Amino acid sequence: MTKLLPLLALLFSFNAIAELRATGDLGVVIEREDGNALIINTTEHKCLAKIEKLGDLSHASVVFSRDQRYAYVFGRDGGLTKIDMLKDVVDKRIIQAGNSIGGAISQDGKLIAVSNYTPGGVKVFSADTLELVADIPSNYGDGLRSKVVGLVDAPGQRFVFSLFDAGEIWMADFKNPKAPIIKKFPNIGKQPYDALMSPDGHYYIAGLFGEPGLALLDLWNTDAGVKHILPDYGKDDEKLPVYKMPHLEGWAVAGDYVFAPAIGQHKVLVIDKNTWELHDTIAVAGQPVFVMARPDARQVWVNFAFPDNNQLQVIDVKDLSISKTLSPGKGVLHMEFTPRGEQVWVALRDDNQLVVYDTETLQEITRLPANKPNGIFFSSRAHKIGL
Amino acid sequence: MKKLPLLILVITAVLAKTSLAGEPSPERQRALRNMLNHDCGACHGLTLKGGLGPALLPEALAGKPDDLLVSTILNGREGTAMPPWQPFMNQDEAAWLVGILRKP
Repeated sequence: MTKLLPLLALLFSFNAIAELRATGDLGVVIEREDGNALIINTTEHKCLAKIEKLGDLSHASVVFSRDQRYAYVFGRDGGLTKIDMLKDVVDKRIIQAGNSIGGAISQDGKLIAVSNYTPGGVKVFSADTLELVADIPSNYGDGLRSKVVGLVDAPGQRFVFSLFDAGEIWMADFKNPKAPIIKKFPNIGKQPYDALMSPDGHYYIAGLFGEPGLALLDLWNTDAGVKHILPDYGKDDEKLPVYKMPHLEGWAVAGDYVFAPAIGQHKVLVIDKNTWELHDTIAVAGQPVFVMARPDARQVWVNFAFPDNNQLQVIDVKDLSISKTLSPGKGVLHMEFTPRGEQVWVALRDDNQLVVYDTETLQEITRLPANKPNGIFFSSRAHKIGL
Repeated sequence: MKKLPLLILVITAVLAKTSLAGEPSPERQRALRNMLNHDCGACHGLTLKGGLGPALLPEALAGKPDDLLVSTILNGREGTAMPPWQPFMNQDEAAWLVGILRKP
């Protein structure tokens, strides 16, 4: 008996160790039609759990808590869900608006901001309890409220966002959450459709749908206002129809360049980050939706809008050429690099699969099943400014 | 020639059953529904409750004439984010889509 007890203790301790889980290599994959979020592990290429009943996730975005334990899912229908990735459960869930497009987490990790289409504006919540902390209606003109897009966190406990209908950029300082200070930049250009924060938190750049070019806010020099860059780009060219809006994220910035989708053209713009002038354009297979640099900035991967959404292209940043065109399947909606970029996960909506590629060899490593997957978000975003 | 009325009847019946009558084939209907959910849905929402584009639910479309809706689908709306879908569907198919939007 005395020999059995230590053995049993040892066995129990193994069991306890086996139950521990770390979250640094986890991620969330959205199943857009079913309204589910899958929790996946990027080291093991496994799906660990399915979190169901998250409402309308036909468009969804995710940010992660500072401790990488929680994923905050922003749903199309205004749903905001805090998922516990250690316990595979919903920790808290609220419906905070009628129609919503995305959100951000503050510099200190204590606030969650959501950008809403209806009613137009930004709402800010406690990251811990999801209690409402502030409500900022996106008022403009004569009693109108604009759709809000391109919401990101910025250093100095700020959020920066754009007003699609109003053509404005607003910056909200939340050092005192109960009394945010809003600075408005009007007339920044027509119909900003999305925006990115450079990974160093220095520049906020909004893409414009209604006119050529982009709007640039230098966060080190906000008194200088918003600058219109590439104002004449392609203005005399025939504009091709845009079947899906491009999305801008911080990894548009790679080395000395910003790689941006050209609106109405089958091109990626290469903008010099020092002069803000056009350095080059790269002809690509369709209207770019996501233009994403690998974490080391040596490659930029591009996916495309309907009807060219069965392809992916890889740009070699060294000489700005197309290294390869990949055809993984149908409905290439989104991609996400592993934290140090050795692999990339790609969502194939119409093939109901995720594909994982080796980014060096460009070979497929594995496929996982997922129902109509769209967004893929890894927990490494928790420590990235602007994500 | 006594059989002519019968012949006309048969031909009309056959035409009514084919796509010449306007209704897309079942396979094409599936493809159009998929386009509606996912490609139109990219801006109008999978549930058609709206997004960057307005809601396309029956109450949102009430009072708007069919021609206007069909034309908007095929030609887009200048100055807005609505693109022309005519490379991907014909007039009859756009009309069919308007029909299922009005009566889901």
